[in-house]
Amino acid sequence: MRAVGVVSQAGPMTAPVETERPSSGEDVRPDRPWLVIVWNDPINLMSYVTYVFQKLFGYSREKATRLMLDVHHKGRAIVTSGPRERAEMDVFRLHEHGLWATLEQAS
Amino acid sequence: MIGRRRFARDRHGRFRTGLGSNERELLKALPRQAQELLEVQDPSVQRVFPVAYPNDEKAESDYREMMGSNLLQRHQHSLDTLATTADSSSLDEEEIHQWLDALEVLRLVLGTQLDVSEDIAVVDDSDPRAPQFAVYRYLSMLQGEIIDSLAEALPGGAGAGVDDEGEQEL
Repeated sequence: MRAVGVVSQAGPMTAPVETERPSSGEDVRPDRPWLVIVWNDPINLMSYVTYVFQKLFGYSREKATRLMLDVHHKGRAIVTSGPRERAEMDVFRLHEHGLWATLEQAS
Repeated sequence: MIGRRRFARDRHGRFRTGLGSNERELLKALPRQAQELLEVQDPSVQRVFPVAYPNDEKAESDYREMMGSNLLQRHQHSLDTLATTADSSSLDEEEIHQWLDALEVLRLVLGTQLDVSEDIAVVDDSDPRAPQFAVYRYLSMLQGEIIDSLAEALPGGAGAGVDDEGEQEL
């Protein structure tokens, strides 16, 4: 097949964007864990998402598949949680793999 | 019907690549185009740099400052590897992981340009985007084949969504 130019265009974006609300600040209780959330994105292959969950978190194929299906059917899923620094690193590793992940403190 | 396997692990642990010359040309050209888009932060690369803190501007800005260039460098390196090893008859473990990353970046960018949604309908041949959709589908298939060959090495084997008729998108 022939090569196709990957042309620049300003199309509509469906990736998450920053909200305009100012930061509400963190709760001072030190023990609330941070949740790592993966959001559904129509571009990512189901097998790829499952593979990433296995690779990054050491989950079994069954657990990784369950989480992937949660993301697919419910729009999002909590994939792991922990202290903020580790949760942030987990989000970064998911971003490295092209997945749409965010973190927030458990309420 | 089982198609030709493009990636097969040999007894030395290397991944033999069974790709046609047209495929290899494509895999040399596409990364260079994507690298330029990344460098200028074209709108089509939005998905490559997702938001981490949707409700905290300060935290998000700190995160971007700390992680942004790491992410960019990683993807630039993967795209480089894809372009420079596209003609190789085999890849080592590190290279095939970089192929996987590069393909993901290419799919994210192309998918954004095509505004891919859950129910991606078959595109008519007369649609001017048809060639791009064909490339997008091809890259999806290629990514799926790499995952198949890598997942064999994971406990539990291959992941979900794999069947003979091709990949299913999330």
